[in-house]
Amino acid sequence: MSKSLSSIYLPVFGGIALVSSLAVAVANRGYGDSQINTLKTRLSQVETHEGVARALADENAARVAELETQLQEVQANISAAPAGIGVSEQAPAHDGKLGVGREALPAEIAAWDVDVLPDGRGLPEGSGDVFTGEEVFADKCASCHGDFAEGVDNWPVLAGGFDTLADKDPVKTVGSYWPHLSTVWDYVNRSMPFGEAGTLSADETYAVVAYILYSNDLVDDEFELTQDNFAAFEMYNKDGFVIDDRPDLEYAEWSVEPCMENCKDSVEITMRATFLDVTPEEGGESVMNDATTSDTPTFTAASTSAADTETPAVSVDGTASTAGIDPELVAAGKKVYKKCKACHAVGEGATNKVGPQLNALIGREFGAVDGFSYSSVFKAAHDEGRVWDEVTLDEFLAKPKAYMKGTKMSFAGLKKEQDRAAITAYLKSIGE
Amino acid sequence: MDEMFKPSRRAFLRGGAAIAAGSVAGSVAAQSADPLITELQDWASYTGAGVDETPYGLPIHFESDVIRRNVEWLTASPISSINFTPIHALDGTITPQGCAFERHHSGAIELSKGDYRLMINGLVDQPLVFTYDDLQRFPRENHVYFCECAANTGMEWAGAQLNGVQFTHGMIHNMEYTGVPLRLLLQEAGLDAAGDFADKWVYVEGADASSNGRSIPMEKALDDVLVAFKANGEALRMEHGYPVRLVVPGWEGNMWVKWLRRVEVTDAAVESREETSKYTDVYENGVARKWTWVMDAKSVITSPSPQMPIKHGQGPLIISGLAWSGHGQITRVDVSKDGGITWDTARLGKQGDTKALTRFYLDTDWDGAPMLLQSRAMDETGYVQPTKEQLREKRGENSVYHNNCIQTWYVNAEGIAENVEVS
Repeated sequence: MSKSLSSIYLPVFGGIALVSSLAVAVANRGYGDSQINTLKTRLSQVETHEGVARALADENAARVAELETQLQEVQANISAAPAGIGVSEQAPAHDGKLGVGREALPAEIAAWDVDVLPDGRGLPEGSGDVFTGEEVFADKCASCHGDFAEGVDNWPVLAGGFDTLADKDPVKTVGSYWPHLSTVWDYVNRSMPFGEAGTLSADETYAVVAYILYSNDLVDDEFELTQDNFAAFEMYNKDGFVIDDRPDLEYAEWSVEPCMENCKDSVEITMRATFLDVTPEEGGESVMNDATTSDTPTFTAASTSAADTETPAVSVDGTASTAGIDPELVAAGKKVYKKCKACHAVGEGATNKVGPQLNALIGREFGAVDGFSYSSVFKAAHDEGRVWDEVTLDEFLAKPKAYMKGTKMSFAGLKKEQDRAAITAYLKSIGE
Repeated sequence: MDEMFKPSRRAFLRGGAAIAAGSVAGSVAAQSADPLITELQDWASYTGAGVDETPYGLPIHFESDVIRRNVEWLTASPISSINFTPIHALDGTITPQGCAFERHHSGAIELSKGDYRLMINGLVDQPLVFTYDDLQRFPRENHVYFCECAANTGMEWAGAQLNGVQFTHGMIHNMEYTGVPLRLLLQEAGLDAAGDFADKWVYVEGADASSNGRSIPMEKALDDVLVAFKANGEALRMEHGYPVRLVVPGWEGNMWVKWLRRVEVTDAAVESREETSKYTDVYENGVARKWTWVMDAKSVITSPSPQMPIKHGQGPLIISGLAWSGHGQITRVDVSKDGGITWDTARLGKQGDTKALTRFYLDTDWDGAPMLLQSRAMDETGYVQPTKEQLREKRGENSVYHNNCIQTWYVNAEGIAENVEVS
């Protein structure tokens, strides 16, 4: 009985549990009553144990009374109980202070409180011009963001992209997208350069910000940014933002009882995953999926009379078309090559794309394709007369950036030896 | 699972086919006595590992497959990058810290409890500095909450891209946090100086190089935001902000500032890099939404899924998944096996948590026919998880964040699942 007491008391804070605890309380009261009846019967039967039995009966009666009190408390608490099962009771509110912690000193606040608001509050004194900014940028920013803030590899592009925001792949740069100049200053000052955050002086930060504006054609090369002309500067996309309007535009429309049966006449697969991730092993490796939707089934609604049909009618048997490829190394290499083909063409009539065409690569000199603008490291290799063979290609593809320091190729490399062997075999199989 | 995938996807496909063919009738009568039963096994004879062999235990090596993974081409450097929780391989609702996704903007830092300081300043009566030990003297609460990156499923806006629920939906974890309500710390500093709370904010930043500052309206700061130091009963992991992180229930993960070092009461949003150039949503006309903090209701089937094919052939099948809503409790999840023509209401594995992952199950029977699996969550506000089509109609395809569309897995007759889009 003492257990059932706690089972009534504890879930007082639960919403749904409250209902069940009431049921338990009522059931327990019934149980207590029957216990008393049983004891009363035994009392009359076992007169020799009368004293003991009476004491037990009293105890039970006392417990029933206690239960009833608890039940009343539960009922009284129904309206006051917070919603949710298993919630943590709220930490107590306290009027006074705990007196824990210490006063923050002005020097400490000055060291950490450096954020800058859109109206320019928080800016330190200082200034910087485009010319100075170009020097600082070249020294500390260009390795990732490019000399002209155009972005290297996957690193952020800071300039350009104007009038692309309505395109499928909007180019969101400082110039085209950022609504406040304060954000640029604040971020450069606090979090840049990457790996050396917080090392720029106020004047250097003003100068870098001025240069980023210049690289976006938003100021001329005479421009100097100071804390005085800062707040007046209006960014290109300052009016490009609205505050979250999902509640108005989406929530009401999508908060309706959903359809459960015959919600569509038929369903077809319109697209399959672009990248197939071969999961375990080292993981994260993606291969392009060349499967089409033509060999997948169409699902059709069962006739309206057959509402109890659980499985849909299937008109075509679907199989993944990636199965059944010949496992020769060349074939495997052709698959791995999908990682390269966005930038490198092969085969008849292949031309240079972002990267040079790769026909007859093995045996070809480094940096030898006509009309392709090679990085200086490849030009140097060409001048040295270096030639691609299986070993050099393997080493290059393992870690392109380490092997050819300064290469423009942004590809991270092929970690797996078997992939490199496969692609080498594939490229060897390709003639002029 | 691991044996199946090891050599190549091709071998996996072959293996899947073989298994499906071998178990067409579901359970098959044994042809001969199972040596695992009839023969004395090493583990039943020799002794095992002693206590203290691993003072802090890791999962047994058979589970070495259940790890975070990243997608290399997504970001320029792993230092400013994200990886994905292996939600395909987990069940229940709590995410173990060791496999909970990471998102860093300047890498995960080592900051000791002894070196930890938290400053409260700005429009407060008395700016304060707390040590880690100071925080232990404030009343604390325990809550389970999901933390979802706003970019979760972001690669799927323009079409089905990544073939695995870990990659499409793995920027999420769900832990039990222990921490001090932020309002108690703000009250300790005194909010009389702030005046009317209606137009006030707190600006929160981390101690790492990115600082990752975000502005949070005062109303939320005084509501359920926690300054947390424990997750799932133990200290936060380095990658999740050890020793102290902010927990902002139901709101996008970027606001859950790690290595929390400062909370400033302000009279305006700072409009930092993370709340203007990032974590804003560009729509079809080029206009962007900002301050889209809440993560709307969403769900996904975690098994079967591309990383979790059906290996047992037809017969009893458990369809399992996760649902969550930044607006409160999940009240219902429906599952479709035919791409949204017919829906069955799933069973909720554990009800009542708010702004936390809810597990659902559809206990069903597979006839071996291909399926188009979908799940659809509803939350306590009555909101129904939208289809991809509904989302695109409202927002276009230019966005990155807040993709909470219904996901479709195509399961073929062999039990192999693939990420697809349907009409």
